[in-house]
Amino acid sequence: MTRQIGEAILDLKNVSLSFGGVKALTDISFDIREHEIRAIIGPNGAGKSSMLNVINGVYRPQQGEIVLRGERFSRMNPYKAAKAGISRTFQNIALFKGMSVLDNIMTGRSLKIGSNLLQQAFWWGPARREELAHRAKVEEVIDFLEIQHIRKTPVGRLPYGLQKRVDLGRALAMEPSILLLDEPMAGMNVEEKQDMCRFILDVNDQFGTTIVLIEHDMAVVMDISDRVVVLDYGKKIGDGAPEEVRANPDVISAYLGAGH
Amino acid sequence: MGFFLETLIGGLMAGMLYSLVALGFVLIFKASGVFNFAQGAMVLFAALAMARFSTWIPQWLGLESAALANVLAFLAAGAVMFLVAWLVERLVLRHLVNQEGATLLMATLGIAYILEGIGGTLFGSDIYKIDVGMPKEPVMILEHVFDGGLLINKEDFVAASIAALLVALLALFFQKTTTGRALRAVADDHQAAQSIGIPLHRIWFIVWCVAGVVALVAGVIWGSKLGVQFSLSTVALRGLPVVILGGLTSIPGAIIGGLIIGVGEKLSEVYLGPLIGGGIEIWFAYQLALVFLLLRPQGLFGEKIIDRV
Repeated sequence: MTRQIGEAILDLKNVSLSFGGVKALTDISFDIREHEIRAIIGPNGAGKSSMLNVINGVYRPQQGEIVLRGERFSRMNPYKAAKAGISRTFQNIALFKGMSVLDNIMTGRSLKIGSNLLQQAFWWGPARREELAHRAKVEEVIDFLEIQHIRKTPVGRLPYGLQKRVDLGRALAMEPSILLLDEPMAGMNVEEKQDMCRFILDVNDQFGTTIVLIEHDMAVVMDISDRVVVLDYGKKIGDGAPEEVRANPDVISAYLGAGH
Repeated sequence: MGFFLETLIGGLMAGMLYSLVALGFVLIFKASGVFNFAQGAMVLFAALAMARFSTWIPQWLGLESAALANVLAFLAAGAVMFLVAWLVERLVLRHLVNQEGATLLMATLGIAYILEGIGGTLFGSDIYKIDVGMPKEPVMILEHVFDGGLLINKEDFVAASIAALLVALLALFFQKTTTGRALRAVADDHQAAQSIGIPLHRIWFIVWCVAGVVALVAGVIWGSKLGVQFSLSTVALRGLPVVILGGLTSIPGAIIGGLIIGVGEKLSEVYLGPLIGGGIEIWFAYQLALVFLLLRPQGLFGEKIIDRV
């Protein structure tokens, strides 16, 4: 089955964000279609992470609106975003360092757990059945990401590349409809990058998850994304299929500097 | 030998009570990164509620049984502590998400004063007693093993057992339940926890409730030992060296730290005291904490802080 790119699932309209006098994002609009892989690229400080943080509700833009499945959000926050099926990974891995890989990924199931505190405290029927069901789901994620061997290891002790993979696992355990990836391949070697690419493509293909990706490695971005939006100094300077963006003179000058 | 063991056991039992106080600090610090200055005030407030309810409830309901009255009073005081937790989250913490540690610390200092004030207004400021039927007379054990046997203070023994049980239950709760896992997650990283859909506000409410219950148990135990009075809030100061020793982020640390301080105090008082004039018990814990701050600032079990440069 080939995935079918659908209608726009997330629409960002005229988003502006500033911190004090610093303008991080200026009047940015673009949409994200269901089941596609959408990349956000741009030089350092272009506002890519800010953009992701706006979608996820960490930052509230001063202007503009976010339309998710036809519903307008003016005040998004990370908890609401999670409930709406948006999960994310972080640029500087934000795993729970003292906890094992398994526990970290289990936390991704938080929203799906319905048993109450009292039932959990007594390890009571529903709570117990639920925990086991979630555990099974988490094992699927672990199998998918090929991290069975480190299941019980505290994540703080894992090498960087594997931590990134656990971070992805935790986000996947939420069974998100939209997955935001903030530089999933930064600091990885070629082999690790290839693995990560494969996982991203598989997630998109098998689960139909819409993916929004920030990445610096141009080759990777051009290879795996369906559409690319380019930011520079908080402004949108390009938007379209990889080959269009590559040919866009504004994008070329942003990357190579003026007067190249 | 018998005397040494007696001192040791006395120290362990006193230590367990210190652990209980320290646990209140650790719980809240773990879950929200806040050093809760109001812990002492919470102990006092809970003890006041317990003391007053245990006299009011029999009057209101015309109860005869002291045991039943105590149980009801304990539940009522527990409910009061839950209410405090709810108000703290609602009125203070909710507005201070992602603020600096120092800001939160100052906020808890404010909570401490408010609790002390409201406690006095609601429950009166006299000295009250809590009588939950703790056995007062000491008991002899192992008389055939040691010459003269070991003299054990029954009250301390009961108190230490209750504290140990509570600590064990909390450790299980943190390690084994879904909510416990969410609590640990929030402790590690607010932002990440929120973005995977862990409700921060509910977790904070729960943790303040748990800290409230710990304060209540500590308040009842210390209150029945020392009487319920304003100075009870300084009992929490006894917990400070314990958390420095054990590490602010570790529940086992709070237990071991408490035991070390309890034993250290008693042994040093008995064996070192006569050499340098006694009174060691008062400052020993703080001195030990000072040494630890110099040698191992993160405590025995705390997380080592490594900064990326």
